[in-house]
Amino acid sequence: MTRYLLRRLAFLVVSLVLASVVLFLLLRMLPGDPANALTSVGASPEQIAAARHSIGSDKPLPEQFTHWIGQLASGDLGTSFVSSLPVGPEVLARLNVTVPLTLAAFVLAVVIAVPAGFAAAYKRHTWYGALLSGISQLGIAVPVFWLGMILIAVFALNAGWLPAGGFPPDGWAQPAEAVRSLILPVVTIALVMSASLIRYVRSATLDVLDSDYLRTARALGSSFSGAMWRHGLRNASVPVISVLGMELASTLLGAVVVESVYALPGLGSFLATGISQHDYPVIQGVLFVSTLAVLVIGFAADLVQRIIDPRLRDRLSGGAR
Amino acid sequence: MTLLDIRDLTIRTADGRVLVDRLSLTVSPGERLGLIGESGSGKSLTTLAVLGLLPEGMTATGSVELAGTQIVEASEKQLNGVRGRDAAIVFQEPLTALDPLMRVGRQLAEPLRRRRGLRGTELKRAVTQALEQVRLPEPGRIARAFPHQISGGQRQRAALALALACEPKLLIADEPTTALDVSVQAEMLDLVDTLVREREMAVLFVSHDLAVVARITDRAVVMKDGRAVERGDVREIVRHPRQEYTKALVGSARRLESALDVRSAR
Amino acid sequence: MTGVQKTGQAPEETGRTPGTSSATPAKSVESAKQGARRSYTLIAGCVLAGLIVLLAAVSFVWLPYAPDDTSGTRLAAPGAGHLLGTDKLGRDLFTQLMTGSRIAVEAGLGSVLTAALIGVSLGVLSAFALGWLDDTLAAFLDILIAFPTLLLAMLIVAARSATLGSAVLAIGLAQSAVVARLVRILVKRVLAQDYITAARTSGTSWPRVVAGHVLPNIWPTLVVNLALQFGLAVLAEASLSYLGLGAPPPNASWGRMLQEAQATFTTAPAGALAPGVLLVLLVIGVNLIADGLRDTLDPTARRRRA
Repeated sequence: MTRYLLRRLAFLVVSLVLASVVLFLLLRMLPGDPANALTSVGASPEQIAAARHSIGSDKPLPEQFTHWIGQLASGDLGTSFVSSLPVGPEVLARLNVTVPLTLAAFVLAVVIAVPAGFAAAYKRHTWYGALLSGISQLGIAVPVFWLGMILIAVFALNAGWLPAGGFPPDGWAQPAEAVRSLILPVVTIALVMSASLIRYVRSATLDVLDSDYLRTARALGSSFSGAMWRHGLRNASVPVISVLGMELASTLLGAVVVESVYALPGLGSFLATGISQHDYPVIQGVLFVSTLAVLVIGFAADLVQRIIDPRLRDRLSGGAR
Repeated sequence: MTLLDIRDLTIRTADGRVLVDRLSLTVSPGERLGLIGESGSGKSLTTLAVLGLLPEGMTATGSVELAGTQIVEASEKQLNGVRGRDAAIVFQEPLTALDPLMRVGRQLAEPLRRRRGLRGTELKRAVTQALEQVRLPEPGRIARAFPHQISGGQRQRAALALALACEPKLLIADEPTTALDVSVQAEMLDLVDTLVREREMAVLFVSHDLAVVARITDRAVVMKDGRAVERGDVREIVRHPRQEYTKALVGSARRLESALDVRSAR
Repeated sequence: MTGVQKTGQAPEETGRTPGTSSATPAKSVESAKQGARRSYTLIAGCVLAGLIVLLAAVSFVWLPYAPDDTSGTRLAAPGAGHLLGTDKLGRDLFTQLMTGSRIAVEAGLGSVLTAALIGVSLGVLSAFALGWLDDTLAAFLDILIAFPTLLLAMLIVAARSATLGSAVLAIGLAQSAVVARLVRILVKRVLAQDYITAARTSGTSWPRVVAGHVLPNIWPTLVVNLALQFGLAVLAEASLSYLGLGAPPPNASWGRMLQEAQATFTTAPAGALAPGVLLVLLVIGVNLIADGLRDTLDPTARRRRA
């Protein structure tokens, strides 16, 4: 286990370094000059050159890269080209919105999807089992922003129960307001996420229901619920956990659309602004933090799976796959 | 008094297709009955029906009486009481029959705890004993191992130990050697033979292999397409098969001669 | 997540336990029945998706109004002159829906073709490559896949210009990682089979092995996955358009139509509902086709369903 942890940790670090190199090069390879964003349309070549110099984009690439990596090593995500504000504190502030949004949505999605997926499998021959499968089919086809629009129209504009969007300017200093403004976004993400989760839970449950070991347990007089509790839960959780990890990671990063629908000042909308302004430090900073999150979540999911499944523990390679 | 009395058992799929058709057979206490047929003849479904474990959507009609309990109409609660105590089953595939995520010892402990009310060190000793009974070397190591960490033959022995744990009156063996190496098959058959004789247990032995059945049982029922087409003394069936189907089964029995030699030598 | 679910890989394709496939009669009967029922899935999917494709096809030869005809009353309710009413510029909504269906289908097809081209080549390459190269590629694909399609697409679209072509290229590129990983696994599985070794020892060249053995064995699963990717691509394009990163005006993408109608949801609901409904119909249709195809093409997966 220690060896696995060390290997997995090494893999994490190498991935992170590789990802930052790729990220850096990719951004620099893309057409479009960040200096343009700083200057007005009719700027003179001198003004553009000055702008380039001020943000350091006139330096050779290796120098820019070592500069950035050096900053990262000291915990500094750099300074925005556009606003001249440090990226790190801004990212942290945005995480105050995105992390609660993501985690709450994730928990709600799991709370919906696990029982629903189980019922869809266990009761697949009944009408409501089929209905559950049908709803999840429908759910994965609904674009998240449209669901958001509908929820806003129904619960905010018509019923007036909840705000249609925005986040209190002083954030969590107004906890009640902050929570209220996150309810609809959370529900929106959770519903869409649970639709696809249901399919995975259902499939994992079907595997368990079909399994010989469950039959063995029942043939020895174990009740269905007892056998499911002892054998089914753990076996079904192994495939579901890897999916959960991926869903959590991609929700964290992919909240862009929902944040845009509900005008939330989250990480996603920060990135969207950064992209549209060619603000490399912002893009790099957000994606670096996100990559770290993705890798750590993947690590955690891997670890949990290994704790549950001895077959994974006995596999020789401790690497990614 | 018979231990297992199956009368006119008919098993249908949800859309009404008949998979087992008016099957009748009996097993007395201590008796050994073979159930022979090629895959798809309905023999495995019959064994599942005995324990009330038919796959979802399938229904059984007729009568299956196991140690005085009518299985066909029994409630889940009644069935839970019968399963493992009156009859237990060893399945074909030992790798999947055991929970891959649970140590062999813990899987074995569960029915012992539930049925015999054992706890603590007593339970631990019973687990070791159960593993020793099926001639597993190093029972302590096997108990701590996960199913994938032991060999196929060892897994099937562990599965057998599991089935015997609650000392059932009837042992159902559904192709217990088919998934094993040829070299291990003979050992396994001998083990089943010995253990069952020691306990004066009845056996319902299911196989597509006449030679294997002949080695364990005295009487046999030949099934084809859900029906019993021939029944009687195993050796009689082997020597004078009446049905073309049985003849084909006899012909395909690979180790038939040697199996008969073993039997007559006993 | 957020509407752009990445893997698209059906859960049914993972983790089949061995040994359970020993076909008892029960299972074969059940699967035959399901096979029959599943072809209804295929038909239903074809009808739904076909409806949208038909709408797109007709839009090339006939439209109720010119796409840029702003002569109608603004935000007119559905009625005689305008079947579904008009938008806030007075354009006919039904006309916009028709041109939007064209964009949706084009986006789906274009992305999937891009993803298939790049993904299959990369996947086959990786499966055949030496150990370390394969490992590196696999790890790289894993990291890439962890990022939402939409983010990668946003990066690429932002660097180029916001056009349908950029969106298609971006979505296709992002999806090609998923396809590549699937192809890599499938090819490796085929390569491990004995008959490949046999073919190799009898002197068959690698290209012949790929064409003769590998591709015929992987295409059913591949086609099913590509069908799922089509639906995801349509959703991704809609999201990009909603964010203003898709096809620019006057092209009416459903995503942009929804974005424009958001402000007037309560006063003119038709504009905020109709594009969404069509979008959902198309994606469900394509997903049903994928399910139906899986059950007709891939017999091992059939048992799982229902």
